[in-house]
Amino acid sequence: MEAYFDNSSTTRCSQEAKELMLRALAEDYGNPSSLHGKGMEAESYIRDAKAKISKTMKVRESELIFTSGGTESNNLAILGAAMANKRSGMHLVTTKVEHPAVSSPMKFLEEQGFTVTYLDVDQDGIISLEELKNAVTDETILVSIMYVNNEIGAVEPIAEAAQIIKKKNPGALFHVDAIQAYGKYVIYPAKLGIDMLSVSGHKIHGPKGIGFLYVKEKTKLKPLIYGGGQQKNMRSGTENVPGIAGLGQAAQEAYHGFPDKQEQLYRLKEAFIQGLKDQEWAHINGKTGRESAPHIVSLSVDGVRSEVLLHALEDRGIYVSAGSACASNKPAKSATLLAIGVSREYLDSTVRISFCPGNTLEEVEYCVANLKELVPMLAKYTRH
Amino acid sequence: MFKAFLIKYGEIGIKGKNRHLFEDALVRQIKYALKPVEGEFLISKEQGRIYIEALTEYDYDEALENLKHVFGIVGICPVMLTEDEGFDKLAEDVINYLDKRYLDKHMTFKVNTRRARKSYPMPSMEVNAALGEKILNAFPDMTVDVHNPDVLVNVEIRGKINIYSDIIPGPGGMPVGTNGKGMLLLSGGIDSPVAGYMIAKRGVKIDAVYFHAPPYTSERAKQKVVDLARIVSKYTGPIYLKVVNFTDIQMYIYEKCPHDELTIIMRRYMMRIAEYFARETESLGLITGESIGQVASQTMQSLASTDEVCTMPVYRPLIGFDKQEIIELSKKIGTFETSILPYEDCCTIFVAKHPVTKPSLKVIRRSETHLKEQIDEMVKTAIETAETIIVKADD
Repeated sequence: MEAYFDNSSTTRCSQEAKELMLRALAEDYGNPSSLHGKGMEAESYIRDAKAKISKTMKVRESELIFTSGGTESNNLAILGAAMANKRSGMHLVTTKVEHPAVSSPMKFLEEQGFTVTYLDVDQDGIISLEELKNAVTDETILVSIMYVNNEIGAVEPIAEAAQIIKKKNPGALFHVDAIQAYGKYVIYPAKLGIDMLSVSGHKIHGPKGIGFLYVKEKTKLKPLIYGGGQQKNMRSGTENVPGIAGLGQAAQEAYHGFPDKQEQLYRLKEAFIQGLKDQEWAHINGKTGRESAPHIVSLSVDGVRSEVLLHALEDRGIYVSAGSACASNKPAKSATLLAIGVSREYLDSTVRISFCPGNTLEEVEYCVANLKELVPMLAKYTRH
Repeated sequence: MFKAFLIKYGEIGIKGKNRHLFEDALVRQIKYALKPVEGEFLISKEQGRIYIEALTEYDYDEALENLKHVFGIVGICPVMLTEDEGFDKLAEDVINYLDKRYLDKHMTFKVNTRRARKSYPMPSMEVNAALGEKILNAFPDMTVDVHNPDVLVNVEIRGKINIYSDIIPGPGGMPVGTNGKGMLLLSGGIDSPVAGYMIAKRGVKIDAVYFHAPPYTSERAKQKVVDLARIVSKYTGPIYLKVVNFTDIQMYIYEKCPHDELTIIMRRYMMRIAEYFARETESLGLITGESIGQVASQTMQSLASTDEVCTMPVYRPLIGFDKQEIIELSKKIGTFETSILPYEDCCTIFVAKHPVTKPSLKVIRRSETHLKEQIDEMVKTAIETAETIIVKADD
């Protein structure tokens, strides 16, 4: 049996998306900027994708910028907003549990003279709204908070945060990294008070190398990439038409039959957690109920290093990821696990299981059974 | 500009009656090195040198780079070839060569002519003088210095005329295959690929054995070892890499023996298995990357303890090197970047916090008796199930 439980790393591309992409790649291969018919054909793929995406979020088509993926979307939002608004202030706010695609551009801005406040989180990975309120000042130009944490599936209080930010400083922009949330939650940025929102294609059964940034109308933003002026000067470079077409299709499918898909994810997650409930060696990080993300489980294991467990599971056809990238000569600890206070012994012993709606309960049972068999066996051989 | 290479070799020139064996091996290694280079080459032996002529267009930089990997080569001279159409044409060609080769002409020179074809109408000394005069006239910035010239302009009159002035250093050493074969214990670390390189440099052909411990070591760790072997094989020729599944043995030792002796006992079984393969493939010794005192398993006591199980000599070319010296060598031969990729190898995964540094042979032997029930069977299985990967530089 094979059980792919690493869907937060990447997902299998949907059949329909693939077929649409092949058409855009090999048949309707024009440059969307060309004036002739072939250009028109290519452009129609982009318009079609924009229409599909904007429906899922109730936003205008003109508010979407296609990028090379989640990392670029986050960089464009953070660096672009900082560059465009630095005259209003030099202060930004973010959290201690962000993905490196947010925390690294923040660090870069600190080197450029900006000040960044990093919000703490509690043991479940959730920020304190009180602390947020205190952090936002007149000098604040941007707040960036992730919707769903990629390592433990914590869901941040985005709507409440938006209200607090806008009340404290109406000029401050609010960016949300929704790379792990889009497709798992219904997200209406305008209603929530979000100015910018990042999405990646390959996390939602679309292709790699494509994503988008939602940018609310009239938001002041500077581009990162200069050139031929495509996408209204915000992101130059000939559009990745096949990627955009695949992303549009994947976005539409993600919200097709949405409540059932979300329900299926929760069922898988609950079955997994239930299956390990009585195992003394198993510790689930963060919240486990429906207030946490439907597709991510962070599991710390007594006495087995995550890399070892990962390969042992792989041997049984089960694919998960290590909770934090670590190895003997590269002791990079996960910022999220550190921030939620996971004890030192677990930093190296945490795996992430992440589901997609196509996974089955049988696969979950298979995984649970293998964990029950493997962990006690592997735990015998720990380092002393 | 350069249509041929003249290959100079030092040490192998003095090997008496065995000389042709060494030369043949060198020609074979040069052929191997040039195989991945686009173009056709004719390689011939003559009068204490090897001569490579390009028969087609080829990539000069790539050919030169690959030749620099061939042990036994002391110097590589890129040669300009011209037809013999009389002295005036020769002078023109030499001037043309110098003009292209040296942008800045402020230098001293000497012409050194050799006639392999003695029927050439002018004697060598006369050619030297006449060419020198032509060069002085052509480039007023150049002056003659017959004792210590900046540039020695070599003109060799053969079927065609050869003009060269550069000697690019080769790696030295002796051609691989002239000194038997050794079995290298290859891990994913920095040291063992360098050890393989050092021994191969003395003309030894290399096979290798890698101990894999899934799931404790990943497929990527194994891939890394294959990649390292591939880099080493640029110098050594194809490497037969044995991949031994070591997990069961490791676990069994872990279960039965004191944990602070794990590494030593593990190394002893690695040596035993490596020696088995060495015998099977007619290797004459084992090669490891150990250096005294680097880690607990490399103290004098530990080395004595691992040596005890081998009947073959164990060659440790890095024995007196500091880590930094080894790192520098690994950078030079191109294995460093791969070696530092962060994947666990089986030596690091079961390490005790405080391993014994001065193991007593008596104690280790006694601990090993705890294994007697199953270990022979396990070693046999590990040997039987080992995978062989043939690693070549041009794969």
